[in-house]
This record gives sequence, structure tokens and C-alpha cells, in this order.
Amino acid sequence: MADFEVPELKEYPVVPMPKDGVMSHLSPFVAKPEFQEALGYPGNKVQKEGEDPKYILIDGWKEKAIDKMGDLLDRYRGFRVFMDSCVKCGACTDKCHYYLGTNDAKNMPVARQDLLRSVYRRYFTFAGKYFPKLVGARDLTEDVVDEWYSYFHQCSECRRCSVFCPYGIDTAEVTMAAREILAHIGKGQKYDNEIIGKVFTIGNNLGLPERALADSLEGLEEDIFDDIEVPVKLPLDKKGADILLVTPSADFFAEPHVDGLMGYAKVFHATGANWTLSSKASEAANFGLFIGSYENMQRISMRIREAALELGVKRIVYGECGHAWRVGYSFLNTLAGPFDFLDQSYPIPQHICEYTKDALDQGLLNIDKSANDDMVLTFHDSCNVARASGMGNYPGGQFDIPRAVIKAVCNNFVDMEPGTTHDATFCCGGGGGLLTDDLMELRVKGILPRASALTNAVKENGVTHMAAICAICKSQFTKVLPYYGFTMDQIVSVHQLVSNAIVLESQGEEDNDSDDDDAEE
Amino acid sequence: MSTLIAVLLSLATIVMIVGLARKARQYRATPAPLKIPVTPAPKTTGGVVLRLAKEVIFFASLFRSNKWTWLFGWMFHVGLALAFIRHLRYVIDPDGMLGFMWPLISLEVVQSFGKYAGFAMVIGLLGLFARRILVARVRYISAPSDYLMLLLIMFIGFSGLMMSFVSHVDIVGVKTFMLGILNLDLQELPESAPLMIHLSLVALLGFILPVSKLLHIPGVFYAPTRNQVDNPREKRHLSPWAAKYDATRGSDKNAAAQ
Ligand code: HEM
Ligand code: SF4
Ligand code: SF4
Repeated sequence: MADFEVPELKEYPVVPMPKDGVMSHLSPFVAKPEFQEALGYPGNKVQKEGEDPKYILIDGWKEKAIDKMGDLLDRYRGFRVFMDSCVKCGACTDKCHYYLGTNDAKNMPVARQDLLRSVYRRYFTFAGKYFPKLVGARDLTEDVVDEWYSYFHQCSECRRCSVFCPYGIDTAEVTMAAREILAHIGKGQKYDNEIIGKVFTIGNNLGLPERALADSLEGLEEDIFDDIEVPVKLPLDKKGADILLVTPSADFFAEPHVDGLMGYAKVFHATGANWTLSSKASEAANFGLFIGSYENMQRISMRIREAALELGVKRIVYGECGHAWRVGYSFLNTLAGPFDFLDQSYPIPQHICEYTKDALDQGLLNIDKSANDDMVLTFHDSCNVARASGMGNYPGGQFDIPRAVIKAVCNNFVDMEPGTTHDATFCCGGGGGLLTDDLMELRVKGILPRASALTNAVKENGVTHMAAICAICKSQFTKVLPYYGFTMDQIVSVHQLVSNAIVLESQGEEDNDSDDDDAEE
Repeated sequence: MSTLIAVLLSLATIVMIVGLARKARQYRATPAPLKIPVTPAPKTTGGVVLRLAKEVIFFASLFRSNKWTWLFGWMFHVGLALAFIRHLRYVIDPDGMLGFMWPLISLEVVQSFGKYAGFAMVIGLLGLFARRILVARVRYISAPSDYLMLLLIMFIGFSGLMMSFVSHVDIVGVKTFMLGILNLDLQELPESAPLMIHLSLVALLGFILPVSKLLHIPGVFYAPTRNQVDNPREKRHLSPWAAKYDATRGSDKNAAAQ
């Protein structure tokens, strides 16, 4: 199945001995010049064409890299403080799923930071300028750049290390800075940059044009009708709707994502909401986050503001997507706010789980839990929801609300073992812009801690399915958990469970059909 | 010799204070454009103060992370803090400006606690040193300076304990000397090898502090992952450079780029 060894599952977590450089052979493909330029980065030069093209760094790359590092040090307090304050206590060394899965010493969070910190010290600190050997500072060379490119694409920016660091040093911030520096000297990552390019030109990560989107939504409406004989609508670009739903484009056709989308539609239907999707903002994902680019992240976010204004909606709701929710919850107000034109009595933006939980609390949903009795569920906390955003109006709502939704629609739910959930959750292994086939070895190895915890839950509690609220997690799990003996359909969307259990009755005359033209004023 | 030590100590104090203040100012001047608290995070400023207090006083995250490192690290720092408080008696003149603190510092508990705290500090340091050598992961991430830093503080501790428990020094003389520096009226330092070593190493530590990983002292207060209030939806967060982008963002830019 693979040209590398799939790690063995162990019953108890084992911290491996560090092996230096065993993953140094792995780097993702480099972005082509046109995709560099589309994002505002310098185009690199092609050294060798063909299947495995090689690129050379731009002229003057060394000075430009150091200048960029200086620029980022002045722009981001976190990056600057993190470069200085690590005491090498080692507390983070055994916290990264990529270290646990690959054994590579450079995948220990502090060692990853040190790849950049050693250069920071050399060019920006007194000690590193005059006593480089003493403090582990080193010159910036092409080998160092290659090492950066490899290992800063072996970090999913999941922030697990940061939870355990006495100073909250966040390797994700360091990785983002490193990727930003790399992109500025001609070494952007192909997968991330091409996807962002597609968002700008077509509107979503998958490059799904408006017509195709409309068709697939229509198809879904038919599927739902065939299934339950209720005309649940999935409106697109409906002017005057109250709610704009932005959701990851994988929800439009990937499994099990699409079952989640049908779940949102049914909840909206049951609550009588006047809602719409947008072809302009047909993507919640924002890969600008992954490459550490404020400018690109803002450009992508602005589509949502513009779509909300054009459609005249009053609320914005996000579908199930982890990093999109981070950008939505934590950054959207900064990047694309202020949202004074929206209804201030709801959170801006709101998560679909918050929406559904409210509807459940108000008794608006008619639920038949037994519809999910064929499953014993567990829940994977996605990193970006768990450690980089929130839900509800109190700290930790992001853990309780999705679980409350699941428990409201399922009879059988158990959590995985402590230390692998909530804010200590393990990454799925494919987050942070690494969900690409050229990094398959990393994805298979990095899933190890999650796969172990899930396997234990299967053995001890008879768990049959794992629910998630992130498009990347779902894609990674369905593709990679089979390496560990699971099947694709054991991964479910949270709103797929809602979809199974919700009982809809054909609504009578008093309820206006939701695609009524009157809605457009 | 007295003059040399006096000059070193004074310079080191100035370098340390100015260095740390400059670093703190640099951190404050660098904007934090985005809300990046590691969640779940407090939703109020009071909550953030509590969160930081737990980190600074108890090393809460480290406790969650690794019990041995926590144990040794905490012993070392608490020992250091207590020893530090005990040392204030050498630089505070009961009749001077800070004399109001004197009754507190001279308390029997403070002074005897401080005395034994020196042991806690050194034991903690030995534990951390052993961990650095014995645990392969920690060994891998250690640079020479990481070992030297521990050794430096350890020797400060050893020489201090020597004076407390083995070869006593004339502490009245030490106090006269220290107050002499503060009043710019230089006095003789009592003759004692451990004392010379102790004070020289302390001066060295002062010089190193602002250019080393000891910057974790201001760093712990400035990390946005820990000191930000988690209220991005309720209140728009905008740093100065990010605010400039508000003017240029939007559809015009999108269209131009396509
Ligand atoms: C606000 C006050 C301080 C806080 C919150 C703090 C916190 C910490 C923490 C959590 C660690 C990691 C655990 C460990 O390895 O011990 C650490 C390490 C360290 N601290 Fe502090 N510290 C403070 C002040 C100081 C001071 C004043 C010094 C010395 C002058 C110091 C010297 C060190 C050293 C040398 C280490 C590294 C230990 C090692 O190599 O393993 N710290 N500090
Ligand atoms: S952010 Fe996550 S992937 Fe990156 S170093 Fe930390 S634990 Fe590993
Ligand atoms: S836990 Fe924090 S301070 Fe300790 S080694 Fe890791 S990054 Fe450095």
C-alpha cells in the first residue's frame, strides 16, 4: 500500500527515542511561478521541468529572507516573544503527533522552532552574533532553507505544543512565519498556493464553478426529497435571506461531508430559517492562515463580507470546518469587520453547532434518537476548534456544544481517553495545509496518536464511529484511517447524525415556501 | 579588589535593568495583530490576570506537561525567590527609603526559610541538569549555553551555601559594602574567597540576563497566547498596522489581482 512503514499501534502511549533527520527526505511540491505571483509573492525560476520540477531560489534570497524575518519580528509580537523566551525545558518535546509518529527529533516542537531560532539568534541577537557556537546559532544557507521547507511542512499548526509550554510558545506561529519567509524567497507550497489561487479566481478551494455548484445543490435537494419526501431546500445566492451559510466546499460533494450539509439544511428547514449559500463565498476554508499571510487571509475573508452585503443577510453561520472556524471566530471581525450591518443579537459569526444547539434548547427540533442506534459514537475535537477558537459564551463551550448536539441525537456516546480530547486533542495528521498526497507518508505517521486512542475506544467501549466537525479532519480520516484497519464510513459528520435523527413533517400552507420570490425585495 | 567587585556589580545591575526594560518596551511596541489566545481562554481581563498568575506562581502548564521538570523547575525558582527576598537585607537600610520593608524582611521565618531555600534551589538545579543530560530528547535540544546557565546559577548557589553553612563571612561587613555602593561611598568588602566568587558570578548573571533565554522573565507576561482576552466576536481587535489595511482591502483589490 505504501513505500514506507506504517507505524504499529500500541496500547499505551510510548514516547520514542529521537532520531535525527529520519523524515528529512520529505518535502511537499513547490508552487509554480504563476501561483506564487497570484498571491503576491515573487515568482521563482524553474531549474528543471518535467514531472518532478526543481526550482531555484530568487536572486538575493539570503538578504531577502533575513529582511522578511526582521519584518515579521516587528509585525507579530507573538513571533518575537517566542523567539526569545524558550528555555529549552523540553516540556513540549513529546507533545507533537508528528514526533510521536515519525520519531524524527526535528519534529519535536522546540527542535522545529530552533530551525528558525538558530538563524534568528545569528542575525538578530547579541549572543548569536558574537558567540554563535555557544548558543546554537547558525548561518543561513541553502541547506537551512531546504530544512525549513521540509520541517515547516511537517507541522500542522495544531497548537498542542503550546498548551503544554510554560510560556505558551506556539510553534504554529513560528511555522507560519517560516512559511511566509519561504514564500517570499520563491519557495511557496504548491498545494496551499494553488488552492488560494482557485479561491480568488473561482470562489472555492475545489475550483467548483457556480453552475456546477447550483447543480449539485439541486441534486442534494432531490436526494433529500427521495429520502424523506420533504422539500428541503439548499438555496444559492438568494437575495434578502436572513442567514448566509459559509461552509467548506468539500461539503458540496465529499463523503461524509455532504451528509453534514444535508443536516444543516434540515435544521434550517425545521427552524423555518430563511437562509442561503453564496457562490461568491462558496468556501469557508481560508488557507491564508496556513501560509501565515495576513494579506491573503484578509483577501479571502473579504469575500464573506462582500457576499453578506450583496445578499443583504442579517446573520452569518459557519458550517463544519476547523481552521475556517478559527478564522471566523477569532479573526473575521478583525480582518473583514466591523459587521455593524448584521443583526447584533446573534454572535457574528455563529457556528452551525451553536445554531443547532439553540434550536434544540428551544425545542424546535423533533428528534428520533433511535435513528442512530446502529452506532456507538465518539468525537474528535479538531485542533482549531479546540485550541484556537470558542463556541457559546463561556470558555470551553467548543467542547460541550458539539457533544451536546451529538448526545441530543444519539443514544450511544463515549469520549476517547483523557489526554487525547478537549484542549489536549491530537491533530488528525492532515491539518495546517498538509492534506496533500505528496505528504502521504507524514499523514499516515502523524495520525498514529489519534488512531491509537480510537482503537482503544473501539476495544474498550465498542465505539463504531467517530464524528468530527472539520472538513480536513474528515478527509484525512477517511483516507488514512484505512491504513490502520478502519473503514471510510466509520467517520461521520456531526450534522450527519442530526440529519439521521431529525424528523421533518411536510410543512403546511402557513409556512411560505422558502424559495418564494417575495423574499427578494 | 573591593572596587572591582563594586564596579562589576553596579554595571551588571544597570545592564540588567536597562536591558530588560528595553526588551519589555520592544515587546510592548510590537503589535499583536490577531487574537491568538490558546483556548479555552478567559473572557475577561480579570480572568487573564488569574491565568498568568497561575503560570508565574505555580507553572501550571508545566505541571500538566511534565511532573519531573515541574518539580525540579519549581523547586529551583521558589528557592531562588525566597533566597532573593532574604538577600534584600543586604541592600535595604532600615533607616533608608525602603526601610518600611525592613520589619518584613527581618522576620525570623523569612530569614530561616531563605537559608534553607538555598538547598531547594540547588537540588532543583541539579535535577534539571541531570534531566538535560539523561533524557535524550532534552539533550538533543540543549546548546552549550543551556548547560552553562545551570552551572552558573548552581555555583552561585554553592558559594552562597558555603558562606551560610561552612565558612561564615562577616555579614555586617557585606551589608556595609552593599550600602556603600548604593550611597556612592565605597567601603571595603570583607576578605573571603567564596564571597568574591559569589558576587562575581552574580554580576556575570546580570550581564547575561538580557541577552539570553532568561528573557523568559518578561516573555512569560507578553505571550499573546496567554495574555489575550478571548472576546474576538464581542469586540473588534485592531492593531495599528492592521488598521491601515482596512483602507485598501476589499473588492477593488480583488478585481485588480485577477
Ligand atoms: C517571573 C519569574 C519567572 C518565571 C515565571 C519563570 C519560569 C520558568 C519556567 C516555567 C521554567 C521552565 C522549567 C524549568 O526548566 O525550570 C524556567 C526555566 C528557567 N529559569 Fe525561570 N522563571 C522566572 C524567573 C527566573 C529568574 C529570575 C531566573 C534566574 C536568574 C530564572 C532562571 C531560569 C533558568 C536558568 C531556567 C532553565 C532551567 C533549565 O535549564 O532546565 N528564571 N523558568
Ligand atoms: S503545532 Fe502541532 S504539529 Fe506543530 S509542532 Fe506543535 S504539536 Fe507539532
Ligand atoms: S515547552 Fe516551551 S519553553 Fe520548553 S522547550 Fe518547549 S517551547 Fe521551549
